[in-house]
Amino acid sequence: MSADFSWIKPAPHGIYVEPADCWVDPSQAVDNALVTHGHADHARGGHGATIATPETLAIMKLRYRTGAEDENGEIPTKATPVAYGETIRLKGGVDATYIPAGHVLGSAQILLEHAGEKIIVTGDYKRRHDPTCPPFKVTKCDVLITEATFGLPVFTHPPISGEIAKITERLAAYPDACVLVGAYALGKAQRVIAELRAAGHMDPIYLHGAMEKMCRLYQEHGVDLGELRLVSDHSKDDMRGAVVVAPPSAMNDRWSRRLPDPITAMASGWMRVRQRARQRNVELPLIISDHADWTELTQTIRDVDPQESWITHGREEALLRWCQLNQRRARALAMVGREEEDE
Amino acid sequence: MNEFAALIDALVYTRSRNEKLRLIAEYLRNTSDPDRGWALAALTDGLDFPAVKSSTIRNAMKERVDPVLWTLSRDFVGDTAETASLLWPEPIADQPEAPGVSEAVSLLSAMTRANVLTELPALLDRLDSSGRYALLKLATGAMRIGISARLGKTAFAQAFGVSVDDVEEYWHALKPPYSGLFEWAADGGEPPDTENIPLFRPFMLAHPLEDTIVSMDEYAAEWKWDGIRVQLVHVAGQTRLYSRSGDDISATFPELLSALEIPAVLDGELLVRGTAQGGEEGGAASFNALQQRLGRKTVSKKMLAEAPAFVRLYDAINIEGDDLRALPWENRRARLEEFVPRLPESHFDISQIVEAEDFAQLAKIREGTRDDAIEGLMLKKRDAPYIAGRKTGLWYKWKRDPLLIDCVMMYAQRGSGKRSSFYSDYTFGCWNGDPDQGAELLPVGKAYSGFTDAELKKLDKFVRQNTLNRFGPVREVEKSMVLEIAFDSVHSSKRHKSGLAMRFPRIHRIRWDKPAHEADRIDNLKALMRD
Ligand SMILES: [Zn+2]
Ligand SMILES: [Zn+2]
Repeated sequence: MSADFSWIKPAPHGIYVEPADCWVDPSQAVDNALVTHGHADHARGGHGATIATPETLAIMKLRYRTGAEDENGEIPTKATPVAYGETIRLKGGVDATYIPAGHVLGSAQILLEHAGEKIIVTGDYKRRHDPTCPPFKVTKCDVLITEATFGLPVFTHPPISGEIAKITERLAAYPDACVLVGAYALGKAQRVIAELRAAGHMDPIYLHGAMEKMCRLYQEHGVDLGELRLVSDHSKDDMRGAVVVAPPSAMNDRWSRRLPDPITAMASGWMRVRQRARQRNVELPLIISDHADWTELTQTIRDVDPQESWITHGREEALLRWCQLNQRRARALAMVGREEEDE
Repeated sequence: MNEFAALIDALVYTRSRNEKLRLIAEYLRNTSDPDRGWALAALTDGLDFPAVKSSTIRNAMKERVDPVLWTLSRDFVGDTAETASLLWPEPIADQPEAPGVSEAVSLLSAMTRANVLTELPALLDRLDSSGRYALLKLATGAMRIGISARLGKTAFAQAFGVSVDDVEEYWHALKPPYSGLFEWAADGGEPPDTENIPLFRPFMLAHPLEDTIVSMDEYAAEWKWDGIRVQLVHVAGQTRLYSRSGDDISATFPELLSALEIPAVLDGELLVRGTAQGGEEGGAASFNALQQRLGRKTVSKKMLAEAPAFVRLYDAINIEGDDLRALPWENRRARLEEFVPRLPESHFDISQIVEAEDFAQLAKIREGTRDDAIEGLMLKKRDAPYIAGRKTGLWYKWKRDPLLIDCVMMYAQRGSGKRSSFYSDYTFGCWNGDPDQGAELLPVGKAYSGFTDAELKKLDKFVRQNTLNRFGPVREVEKSMVLEIAFDSVHSSKRHKSGLAMRFPRIHRIRWDKPAHEADRIDNLKALMRD
């Protein structure tokens, strides 16, 4: 590895931007954090200052009270919004630009520029259409720090329309049951609901309590989710023939006993592998992911065409191998706390 | 193939046994012959296509996918057929339509080692990802989707409203695609003829005794021998030897075929002559000695002379055409005792009854079984008929307590199937001396059971956080985790660096509390050896 780009220092708990004394997506509390998006393996509370898109800051305010006043009327974490396409000048002559990543509401790639060098931290991203956020924007740079959650060639996510149809077909076949879709509370749940609406499913959709606030936040940001109801406000019979959305942790929980004959579905890229679905007791696997699949990851490296790719956050080995086979310089960064992300 | 693939996918994701039965029954009713017969064979006994092996799939893939990417993918997915079905490149040119099950079976049967690497890809090109998965599973003979042969037969019985016991009985008289079975059950034809065929009869099986206490007036006790359960059948001049699962293992033990010349169906334990079990007089060798003879398709003269096999009989299902299954155990035993003297002593004896006044005395006898018989005791209800399967309260196995030893985890590997995302197979070792004086760990065994799901998660986490080295799917770990290993016996072995091999090692307890240097030494394990 050449001595270039030495102003940026990948560490196990985040990416350190030395001249600006700030971290990208640190997994520990730091003085200055740049945050790509609101998922827990990227965003956390307790930083001195957080710079993120307004949408991500809204999510972090909801989850971690980022930018909110404490009981003394003080704001422990200062929040600085940067809209898509805007650039913020940091200390030490570093410019940070937030670019859409197409992952979830507010998700951004962060372009860092210093001394004529351009480095992009993608955070999480995908290249598919998503009605809940603007699409990934290809941006040229010298170093692309890319995620690799689904960095194995077995992962090719099918078109979402077919997966959404599995839900509606199952409901048609079992009109007295309900389809319980396990989906992460931030991003996946709202995307599944928005795609159901786009497919013409206009019936009320029932939510687990843990979903409510995030869905509300999406609606406030102009994402149309149609009529949403809370499971706790309704009887079993109300929910026959309906779609119910809950976080994956609630699926095999006692909570689901209040549902009428639930057919358990799970919306996740991992559902591509049968044994993964079986492990989670899923009856209706839906291969829906907010991460880039193998084709998207490799296409993105081709499109961005950086001098170097730094791979993090998932199955680095295979993507590293692909880079090697395609004569592209690459290295793997070891990050802690990211392997467990389960989206 | 599409309907079969859809069935396989539905079965993979179905938890309820009743729903599985319903899905299979529905498929069997709605599918025509002989497709449904081949499908049933694939679900139950499995089909064998000599030219198509797991290695064939790997070789076909390596021509299409970078070998490193293939290996990484295979390690993650945990199943060769599934990995290949996901990675198979979609064909560019238009393809003939997807084959039916029978067409696929006849194409697979026609493949040879010489043409399989062109013929199999041509077949895969005609299928989508689900179809490829089903085809590769069917072709390599291992569905592993949680469907037992018994479940398949029960579904067949349910589909056509016939008795599952009848299905079991006729099953072994027929070969895939079981046309006689479908003619009888689905089309109201005559039942298949089973009179003059050396058929396998399903075994009567035992439950573990656990905490139950039984009266010795109602139950008889026998040693539980450490060999393999077999059924020897002679009818119409033919003799067959079947294993516990009903596999025909006649070729592996030819000396037994000529030893039975009277029509009979006998149940017993296959053992090799020796002294480790049952002492000098008429004793048997350890399982280790028997193992040298298992799984062979042909046997050398030397092997026959060095490790002669015999059957220790404990039940009779049929003697000279009399079906004895409805009789109480006591009466069958009496018939067996009368019959055994008519058999050559060289190849048969009878499993002795263990006499005990009461259960307490029997418990004492069991304590001492380590010298007499490796495995423990069997308890059989005196008035019970011979009933196929495992019916509660009729037969119990009362294994002796396992041996225990503290070992240190050395390597871990991902499991297969449902456990493919967990490091669930552990290689562990004992010290070859004093660890504080620089002794090393030598691997002594491998275990992948004995822990709860919650413990598995913790072990998996330990492996991930304490990895020293990666060798493909194997991780070498920090030598700090002590595992208390339970095992049935330990024998000398040339295959292992430590010179020892354990039987049935499993994790008994995870010793989070114990420092690694306090784990046992090889010498402690050697002291438990009995060969
Ligand atoms: Zn994310
Ligand atoms: Zn992430």
